[in-house]
Amino acid sequence: MSEWTFIALLLVTAFIFPAIPIVAGTLLGPRKPNEMKNSTYECGVETVGDTWVQFKVQYYIFALVFLVFDIELIFLYPWAVAYNQLPLFGIVAGVVFIITLAEALVYAWRKGALEWL
Amino acid sequence: MLTFSPVSVSFFIMALFTIGGGLGVVTTRNLVHAALFLVLSLFGIAGLYVLLEAPYLAVIQVLVYVGAISILITITVMVTRRLMGIEETYNRQWPIAAIISGLLGAGLIALVVAQFGALTPVADVPVDNIEQLGRAFVTHQGFLLPFEVASVLLLAAMIGSIVISRDV
Amino acid sequence: MPEALAPILDIATFIRETLLSLFETLGASPELANGLVTFIGAFLIANFVLLILVVNIWMERKVMARLQDRIGPNRVGPWGLFQTVADLGKLLSKEIIIPSQADLIPFLLAPLLAVMSVIGIWAVIPFAETAIGTDVSIGVLYFMAVSSFGIMAILMAGWSSNNKYALLGAFRAVAMLVSYEVPIILTLMVPVLLTGSMRMNEIVMAQNIWFIFMVPLAGIIFYISQVAEVGRQPFDLLEAESEIVAGYHIEYSGFAFAIFYAAEWAHGFAICALFVTLFLGGWQGPFVDQIPTLGFIYFLGKTFLVYIIQIWMRATVPRLRIDQIMDFCWKLLIPVSLALVVLIALTEGIITTLAEQGILTAPFLANYFSTATAADMLPRTFVLLTINAFITIVTLFLLARRGRAERERFEAMRQSMAPIEAGTD
Repeated sequence: MSEWTFIALLLVTAFIFPAIPIVAGTLLGPRKPNEMKNSTYECGVETVGDTWVQFKVQYYIFALVFLVFDIELIFLYPWAVAYNQLPLFGIVAGVVFIITLAEALVYAWRKGALEWL
Repeated sequence: MLTFSPVSVSFFIMALFTIGGGLGVVTTRNLVHAALFLVLSLFGIAGLYVLLEAPYLAVIQVLVYVGAISILITITVMVTRRLMGIEETYNRQWPIAAIISGLLGAGLIALVVAQFGALTPVADVPVDNIEQLGRAFVTHQGFLLPFEVASVLLLAAMIGSIVISRDV
Repeated sequence: MPEALAPILDIATFIRETLLSLFETLGASPELANGLVTFIGAFLIANFVLLILVVNIWMERKVMARLQDRIGPNRVGPWGLFQTVADLGKLLSKEIIIPSQADLIPFLLAPLLAVMSVIGIWAVIPFAETAIGTDVSIGVLYFMAVSSFGIMAILMAGWSSNNKYALLGAFRAVAMLVSYEVPIILTLMVPVLLTGSMRMNEIVMAQNIWFIFMVPLAGIIFYISQVAEVGRQPFDLLEAESEIVAGYHIEYSGFAFAIFYAAEWAHGFAICALFVTLFLGGWQGPFVDQIPTLGFIYFLGKTFLVYIIQIWMRATVPRLRIDQIMDFCWKLLIPVSLALVVLIALTEGIITTLAEQGILTAPFLANYFSTATAADMLPRTFVLLTINAFITIVTLFLLARRGRAERERFEAMRQSMAPIEAGTD
């Protein structure tokens, strides 16, 4: 538990540290807003339409494939820690797990889901 | 009954994050704000795991939920057509949903209050239990079958999502 | 060793114990004293990360200048060392413009989160054997988890700015950072496989032979992916100036911008420290057993060397297109790292099983997994290097074949175009 005290303190400190100069910046810096200055910056051109443009589904697929690999690590890291003491059977079980994931990657690749269009 | 110690204070902060975030998710009308509140709530749960001395679960909670699922949710919001800033309520059944979830919540709270103090720890938490977990994943006596099924499940999830998203 | 030198030999322990006894003589309970020392440690690390930035940015500008045959900053302070301080002073006096359309709370929270994620990484990095913030049992996963806040910060900044460029930058960032996290996850497993622990200090202690010499492929993939994760050149797509102006932090000005900038630089330095810890032996070096303080020098020396490589990459490699970046990750780095993990696990499993069955009898196989001394690790190094060489050769062969096919396709296309170009068709 005590080892997490350090992390908690560090994260809180790290959160407060950059907040101080931002506050100082608002106090020390000039504050003269006007309509032009506060408008959205688009290289001098007025913004056309909504900012929340619709994105293509490609982003979603990449995020999904990443999610699959991210969840994989829940299972694989404990296996990697125990690896030194595992019998051949245990190692092969882990390898089968990885190969199943590799299959998923191959599927995505062959289906063209990994092409950036 | 309440003792004022660093652990209890951090518990209350984390509980506040969790519950406040959860309330934020269901009350805000802005979908991206809802996603951000969800991150706060999930982070609070990670903090609770740390207080329960389950650091592995805590880290996984942050890694998977904050690092992956919340990003996926945000992207889903953004690739969905014009869901930003909906003003009117679409769902007319919300009173029923509110009653049901309210009842469920009350039941859960009653259950917890009834059990309060009755639960006693059975054994100490082992210090380095990740290795035992890893060993349990790949032995017959442990979770070998669920372990391999999980990988097939991930494979199926990915194939399904690719098929669906490319069909549309 | 003379007794009087002991505090200098292990300066971290000395300071910690002096402070502890000081607080206790001042009347603090042991828990409070411990808490205070922990807080001072956290405070010092946060300060270290932000202050070393001054050196980092100066170094970056100086080295870049030298690589481009310029002099670089040389006016403020000795060798221009205080240039960054002057810049900070200037930025502090600038107005923080908040666009009228912006979503205020996420807009201001994003830079804070970005810095938090970077400083958080340093909690588990061992500066020396006795100087580590906290040696949690899941150290390796911890820093992955903390850096995922960085992605969240970028998304928040891009979204809350209410700017098309910012949103585009944030989305590119998410697609790219999320992709490059996969090879990091896979190659990070290799040091864990070699050590059998996720504690950072144990990983360093196991490196009597540096892991980069045992599994060079994993080290290189890890480093490249981490550089991409920071979003530095050649992977600076999220803020490609010529395309989307500044990417996700386009609407930030004054010190709010400076904080994003600082977070990016600090992240660049943090990944060097991570690479050194995981693959270059961290604080390991000659005589470090007797004099733990030397660990600081070895660790920082190696980290700065790796940092120079990063600057060098920045100065020489042009930016890649987004489809090239994605292909590079998904079609080269991820398959190679998957193959690496699978081959290492299978080969070592078979070798140790054969040794247990008595089929392979060599004296050095008895303690194959031991990391106690460099000599113990030699057989394993040999096996792993063979696997690495095999994968490298196969990869190069496949790439060469692919390249030849591409060239032939291009050639065929040109020949079919030739009559059109000549105007005879």
